[in-house]
Amino acid sequence: MSLLHLAIISPFLLGILVPIMYKLLRRIHAGWFVLPLPIFLFIYFLSYIPITSNQQTVIKSIAWIPTLGIDFTVKVDGLGLLFALLITGIGSLVVLYSIYYLSKDKEQLNTFYVYLLLFMGAMLGVVLSDNLIVLYTFWELTSFSSFLLIGYWYDREKSRYGAQKSMLITVFGGLSMLGGIILLYLMTGTFSISEIIQQSNGILTNPLFIPAMLCILLGAFTKSAQFPFHIWLPDAMEAPTPVSAYLHSATMVKAGLYLVARMSPIFAENGLWVWLVAGFGIVTLFWGSFSAVKQTDLKGILAFSTVSQLGMIMSLLGIGGAALHFDSINDSYFSVATVAAVFHLINHATFKGSLFMVAGIVDHETGTRDIRKLGGLMHFMPITFTIAIIGTFSMAGLPPFNGFLSKEMFFTAMVRVLEIGFFNLETWGVLFPVIAWVASIFTFVYSMILVFKTFTGKFQPEKLAKKPHEAPIGMLISPIILACLVIIIGFFPNLLSNTIIAPAVAAIMPNFKVDVHISFWHGFTTELFMTLGVIVLGVLLYKTFPKWRKVYKLFPEKFSLNRLYNSILDVSQRASRTITNRYLTGFSRTYLLYLFAFFIIILSTTLFVKDAFIIKTNNVSSIHISEAILALVISIGAISIIFAKSRLTSIILLGAVGYTVSIFFVLFRAPDLALTQLAIETISVALFLLCFYHLPKLKKREERMRFRITNAVISVGVGAIVTMIALSAHSNKLFDSIAQYYVDNTYEKAAGKNMVNVILVDFRGFDTMFEITVLAIAALGIFGMIKLRLEGGKKNENQ
Amino acid sequence: MKTNDLILQTTTKVVVFIILLFAVYIFFAGHYTPGGGFVGGLMTSGAIVLLLLAFDLKTLQNFLPFNYIYMIAIGLLFSIGTGAGSLLFNVPFLTHAFTHIDLPIFGDLSLHTATLFDLGVFLVVVGVTMTIIQTIGGDE
Repeated sequence: MSLLHLAIISPFLLGILVPIMYKLLRRIHAGWFVLPLPIFLFIYFLSYIPITSNQQTVIKSIAWIPTLGIDFTVKVDGLGLLFALLITGIGSLVVLYSIYYLSKDKEQLNTFYVYLLLFMGAMLGVVLSDNLIVLYTFWELTSFSSFLLIGYWYDREKSRYGAQKSMLITVFGGLSMLGGIILLYLMTGTFSISEIIQQSNGILTNPLFIPAMLCILLGAFTKSAQFPFHIWLPDAMEAPTPVSAYLHSATMVKAGLYLVARMSPIFAENGLWVWLVAGFGIVTLFWGSFSAVKQTDLKGILAFSTVSQLGMIMSLLGIGGAALHFDSINDSYFSVATVAAVFHLINHATFKGSLFMVAGIVDHETGTRDIRKLGGLMHFMPITFTIAIIGTFSMAGLPPFNGFLSKEMFFTAMVRVLEIGFFNLETWGVLFPVIAWVASIFTFVYSMILVFKTFTGKFQPEKLAKKPHEAPIGMLISPIILACLVIIIGFFPNLLSNTIIAPAVAAIMPNFKVDVHISFWHGFTTELFMTLGVIVLGVLLYKTFPKWRKVYKLFPEKFSLNRLYNSILDVSQRASRTITNRYLTGFSRTYLLYLFAFFIIILSTTLFVKDAFIIKTNNVSSIHISEAILALVISIGAISIIFAKSRLTSIILLGAVGYTVSIFFVLFRAPDLALTQLAIETISVALFLLCFYHLPKLKKREERMRFRITNAVISVGVGAIVTMIALSAHSNKLFDSIAQYYVDNTYEKAAGKNMVNVILVDFRGFDTMFEITVLAIAALGIFGMIKLRLEGGKKNENQ
Repeated sequence: MKTNDLILQTTTKVVVFIILLFAVYIFFAGHYTPGGGFVGGLMTSGAIVLLLLAFDLKTLQNFLPFNYIYMIAIGLLFSIGTGAGSLLFNVPFLTHAFTHIDLPIFGDLSLHTATLFDLGVFLVVVGVTMTIIQTIGGDE
């Protein structure tokens, strides 16, 4: 096991220790035990930057299930490293923030940090695994730990609802992704991503290619909260704010983006991939930003904003995939979309993390997150306000923050879509820049609402649960660091370009020489005017927001996706309950009906498909008159049982049938059977009479069995089928009987002359041994049922 | 009204022994003629049931103080023990052995371990039948 493997596993190992340390050292906040690990891992991963910036990768592998081609292979390249740094870096900040956010006395901190570490390790595993099955394992672990974290306050109903919703949706996607992985394995014969990429040209025309792509995309879309699967993310806001900041803005929701980026070299040669990824991304971008404006909860706004930004990155990755078609042109012209995607991924993690922390501070210090109750907090929380300003302006895409740069690049990419001359992008592609621009206006509006409704305006102390004041310094450190990063990246974007962005882009587009240069100022281009338009229109819309708020009433809640989700859950539950109630009636007669019906269907189908129904009469003995008479007697007896009026008649007729059978045994020369049959028949008729005598007086009515046509059909069918099988089995005898052996050896080897008895006790005595055991069990069962009555039984009898 | 079962009881006292003798005969003759442990056992319990009908449960308990559940267990032990005994002689489970013995009066006799096995069957069948009939009959 290499150090890299240990780095991925270490959070799990620490997770084992956390509860112990929590119990032993109650006076110290459990977060302090956790904090060193992500910091250490962050520094450790920083040491890989020199390696990846030279376009080199580190691969370490240990065998896990080698016979199935599943090895725990860890691969560090630019993309994986970028994500690993995000996970550990923001992880450290979130742990630090949570130490001040979560109370040591009121919360179950041990579980919180165990879940968080579980998530951290799983996330590192997702982004660093090269084996798809290992990736999937960690992928589900992130879903699982996210479920636990969302439901952290499990006594609240909304937490449980949100946790269940996110679990259902992400696991649905995860399973579909597993399907995609298996399809990829079927096409290429390997689970290793790098090997699949090398074979990617060979599988383009494979019929499994499109299904595999769709399955994988479904996994990525559900995880990354793309339209229409974004509905779990706003409900996941019931989690503690550090969790929202970490999982639902910076890391887990980007797992889908990671997957899309990772799979681009495999799938992006196909136009469908470009259209799907870019299309769903742009729709998500618009819908997220549009929906964010109407939210009144701070975290609700941020959730929809995250959805929207994820859609933006997704659409960039899609457009970037189109660039893979220009294998011949080594030009970074079209790859700008991928660069923008990676760049915005970093930027979004920084500003959205800080904004969530700000929302958490506001919640923590005022007791509410509702923007209708908040206002005028600027004077009470100057530092928080500053951080919020930086974060929101960056989110809105204003200079001089990093969001401005990535938004400019986003516009560039969207405008250049028009120049890509394939996949119909030259005609329908015009939608991309238009939607992107409109969505950016809404982004601007909700950003302004977020900061100005909270921090400016009228202070309403009567609506607040607590008296607001500035947060403790420990809580402010993490958002301050993130805000500083926003500014630093904003002013010096090229700090990252060669060290982190270029290797990541190279990992997404392996055949390109990418020269990443992010310039702050690039002249009076279309993008600049688009941004100006966004600002002007955005300010106008923000100022007139109360007037056009009614627009949202046009989309009644009835048609929302949440309603759809709830009704799907409801309908599926109700439908399955109805179906189950329909066929599980609780009557054994119904179940017998199913059993016999299937018996008839399966056997008759087999008989006729195999053409097995044959009657041969060459091996049939002649019929004696006594046999015919007996057959007539037994048939009359059996048929009269069905039509007998009283039960006593039925019992006696049954006895008659049994005695006739024993006479048959006599006729067919089976004296042992005849003896036994006589004795047993006598005893069983006596037992029947006993049962008859003890029938309850209540509702005792002599009534004929009711006639039901289905029962008649089925019983006749069973009889016919059994007869047909008996006839064909007799006509199809393939081998001679082995009876001759017994005839020859009964006296020779077993010193007996009664062959039946010798077979029973000697040749096949084993069967007899267990048959008498069966008898013994039956006797003990009857003894137990009658003698051992519990108290409850007696009470029922008395009533 | 007090019933008088004198004829039934007197006849029973005679008939029971005939039935029992027949049952024992059927049991021992099983290896050569129709019969065996199963029918023999049923027949024996038939005799006991006749006693039960002529007298009553309590009298029978005094008369035949058996616990029939133990009888089942002993019967199973006989059958399994016969089977397991063959393992001692390094042959497969349930391998029977027999010898012929020439006795002065009875002539040629064969001693067969299958009879022990059949005795197990016999005991189990008697035990089972009597347990069932007694528990059901004794239940109010």
